[in-house]
Amino acid sequence: MSLSISLTINRQSRTVTLDDPRVTLLDLLREHLYLTGTKKGCDRGQCGACTVLVDGRRINSCLSLAASLDGAEITTIEGLAVGEALHPVQAAFIACDGFQCGYCTPGQIMSAVGLIAEGRAGSDPERIRELMSGNLCRCGAYQGITEAVLEAQKTMTAEKGRDAA
Amino acid sequence: MNRFDFLRPASVAEAVAAAAEPGSAYLAAGTNLLDLMKIGASRPERLIDISRLPGLDRIEWLADGSVRIGAMVRNADLAYDARLAKAFPSVAEALLSGASAQLRNAATVGGNLMQRTRCAYLQDTASACNRRVPGSGCDALYGENRLHAVLGWSENCIAIHPSDFCVPLVALDAVVEVEGADGRREIVVDDLHRLPGATPEKETALAPGELIVGLRLPAAAAAFSANSRYLKLRERTSYAFAVVSAMAALRIEDGTISEARLALGAIAAKPWRVREAEAALLGVTPSVEAFARAAEIALAEARPSGDNAFKIELARRITVRALTLALEGTPAVMPALPASPFSTDPGASHVA
Repeated sequence: MSLSISLTINRQSRTVTLDDPRVTLLDLLREHLYLTGTKKGCDRGQCGACTVLVDGRRINSCLSLAASLDGAEITTIEGLAVGEALHPVQAAFIACDGFQCGYCTPGQIMSAVGLIAEGRAGSDPERIRELMSGNLCRCGAYQGITEAVLEAQKTMTAEKGRDAA
Repeated sequence: MNRFDFLRPASVAEAVAAAAEPGSAYLAAGTNLLDLMKIGASRPERLIDISRLPGLDRIEWLADGSVRIGAMVRNADLAYDARLAKAFPSVAEALLSGASAQLRNAATVGGNLMQRTRCAYLQDTASACNRRVPGSGCDALYGENRLHAVLGWSENCIAIHPSDFCVPLVALDAVVEVEGADGRREIVVDDLHRLPGATPEKETALAPGELIVGLRLPAAAAAFSANSRYLKLRERTSYAFAVVSAMAALRIEDGTISEARLALGAIAAKPWRVREAEAALLGVTPSVEAFARAAEIALAEARPSGDNAFKIELARRITVRALTLALEGTPAVMPALPASPFSTDPGASHVA
C-alpha cells in the first residue's frame, strides 16, 4: 500500500510517497531524502541522536512513523545554518567544546534548540542537564554541552533584545 | 517490524469502527508501540492512527472545577499547563519525572495509560512471556527480576506497571472516558490496569477495540494542592523508570490530617493505591512515626517475586519520605529534578 504525505522540511515543501507505512521519520530523512545529518543511534528512543523538531518541538524521529506526520513542519540539523552563518547553538557547541567524536552532536544541537525555544531552564545548569537528559553522549562531553546551551541561550536572548529594540 | 495496514480515520467513530477488526491497534505517538513493533514483541496487522483525530487534544475546565483532558494531549503540554500544575501538582511532577523532554513532547495521555510493562522478557521474543504468548510461561520468575513486582503478582507474571503519571491519577480518583462499539463508558483509573492472576495477557479493563478518549480529574482532588508530592527512586538521576515511587497528598486541618492519599508505583502490575494506609492517617497528628506506620500498612502484604526483597524496604522509605515532603508543602516552583529524592535542593533556590 502506498501513502502520499506532504511535509515541510527545512522550510521546503515536499510531497513524499511512502511505499511502506513502516518508515520512521528518521529513516525517511536519512534513507529516502538523504538528509544524513540526523543520526541513528539506538533506534529505540533511548539515546536522542535522532532528535529533530516537528512543528517546532523536539522529538525522537526514530519513534515517529512518517505516515502519521502528514502536514508537519520538520527542522533537521541541515536546516539550522543560514548559508555559511552558523546557528547560535552550533557556534556555541564549537566555542564550548560541546563534543568529541561528534556522533551525538546533531541530536544534542537540535535538542538544545528545542530546549531554548521551550524557555523553561533559565540559566540554571541543573535544569539544563535535566532537560537535556534525553541526549546521551558516550564521549562524556556533558560539561561542554551544558556550557554551550547556556552560552547559546545568552546569545539568542541578546539578539532577540536587539531585534526588539 | 511486521507489515501492517495503516489507517487514518477522520473521527473517533470511524476509528472505533475500524478497530472492530481483530489484529488492530491504535497508534497515538507510538513512543511505546513502535518500539515494541521494532523488536517483534508487538505485531499488529492494522495500525489505526488516532494522533490527528479532532477534538482529543484539549484541556477543558468544567464548571464544577474538574478538568477533562483529551487523550491526545501531549505529556509536556499537560505538565506545563499552569492551571493543572497548580490544582494537581503531583500530576505535573510525575509527568516531568518520566522519560525525556523529547518523549514528553510526543507521548500522549492515552498512550501513557495504555503503555506496556518494560519487563525485558516481554520484549525478548526468545523468552517465555505469558503476556506476549498466553500459556508460554514466565521467564522473569527465574531470570533478572530485581526490578519486578513485590505486590499483586502471580506465578504467571511478575511484571510491573512502569507509569509515573498513573500513580497520582489513581490516588486522585481520576476517571477515563472510553469509546467502544457499544458507546461511551467511564472507568476509574484504579480499575483500568489489572493484576495478572491467571490471565496476565488481559492487561487492562478495556474491551477489544475500545479507545480512551479522555481523562477526568475531579475537583475534590484539588483540595490536596498545598501538600502533594510525587517521589521516584531511579538507578540514574534522570530519564529512567522508577525502581519504586510514591505519591503522597495530605489535607491538614488544625494540626491533624483530615484526609490523606497514598499510592505507590513500580511495585505491582498496576499503580498501587493503599486505602488502608490512607485511613490510618486520618485524624492523626502528622509525625515520622505516623508516616512509618502508614508505610508498614502499605507494604504489609508485600513479598519478593525474585531478587527484589530490597524493593519492599525501599518502598517503605520512599513512602515515609513522600509523606514527609508532602507535609512540608508543595514546592512553590517545580524542582529542577522533578520527583528526585536526591535533588540537592527540593525547590526554591532553583527558581530560574
